[in-house]
Amino acid sequence: MASNLPVPAEEAGDLPVETELALRQVLQDVLGLSEDRVSELDEDSGLFGDLPELDSMAVAGLLTELEDRLDILIEDDEVDGDMLGTFGGLLEFLVSKRSENVAQPEQDA
Amino acid sequence: MQAGMCPNPPHADEYAVRFDHRRGARVLVIPALFDEANKLRHFTVEMMRKLDAAGVDSMLPDLPGTNESLAPLTEQSLDSWRAAMTSAAQVFGATHCLTVRGGALCAPHSVPVLHYAPMAGAGLLRGMIRARVLADREAGHETSSEVLKAEGAQSGLQLAGYQLGADMFRQLSASTVTKSDIAQNELGGPGLWLRAEPDHDPAQAEKLAQLVVERLS
Repeated sequence: MASNLPVPAEEAGDLPVETELALRQVLQDVLGLSEDRVSELDEDSGLFGDLPELDSMAVAGLLTELEDRLDILIEDDEVDGDMLGTFGGLLEFLVSKRSENVAQPEQDA
Repeated sequence: MQAGMCPNPPHADEYAVRFDHRRGARVLVIPALFDEANKLRHFTVEMMRKLDAAGVDSMLPDLPGTNESLAPLTEQSLDSWRAAMTSAAQVFGATHCLTVRGGALCAPHSVPVLHYAPMAGAGLLRGMIRARVLADREAGHETSSEVLKAEGAQSGLQLAGYQLGADMFRQLSASTVTKSDIAQNELGGPGLWLRAEPDHDPAQAEKLAQLVVERLS
């Protein structure tokens, strides 16, 4: 699979690879796509705006599921056209969000 | 499958789908809530069909204010739904109750309950509020989750096409996760509530029915 990861793999470790796998899995679950169809998605594949089934309710479900699986919290103002427009844009956002978590691990209560 | 009415005194009768042959094991099924109810209805009824084939009776009444119900949704709360489900359990002579997803939040206390993939009301609200923020933004109105939450608790809120009253909103916000008796990963596939378009998976329906039969005790 060709990879256009936004963070150099050496610096980020397995994070981008894991994140991409999780994103493909969630898209597969949300859109009901076959494994083949979902593996065809590349950086420029359009999401919100291109896929009619991805309405606001479905996007909300998609983001909530990504939060759960990747252990991140997505704020309202982070959700915009760049972030949701393409597979590559969403992946880049998720990787950077997870890198923040790694950089600033949550403190144990 | 039989369709009929389920009394909910002192309120109007509610519609119910039943598989009723007066057998020993009788399961009251409480549906998933709001948009998840639509996504999981086919799955839920097919699961009941499998229970029927396994010799178990089941009944799926409408929650007042949803589906075919004529009751105003704005007047409902988790308390009124729990009362309706408790009454349904009694009328039907339920020996057990199976809740689907958010249906766990209004299970009767009068019969043993199995919770399938339960979720907290706060989680349900979070998803629906996020959808509302996105839809509002597309329509050119800038809102935020915080503003909508405050509005919901004060005077109710329309979410995912459902006009929720303030009582319902506050009770959903305050509800906590119920222990899960049947987890999604036991069904061998992703939860159908995740689907953007309602879909069905016969294998999952079969598996859930099988697990319910095993765990009725």
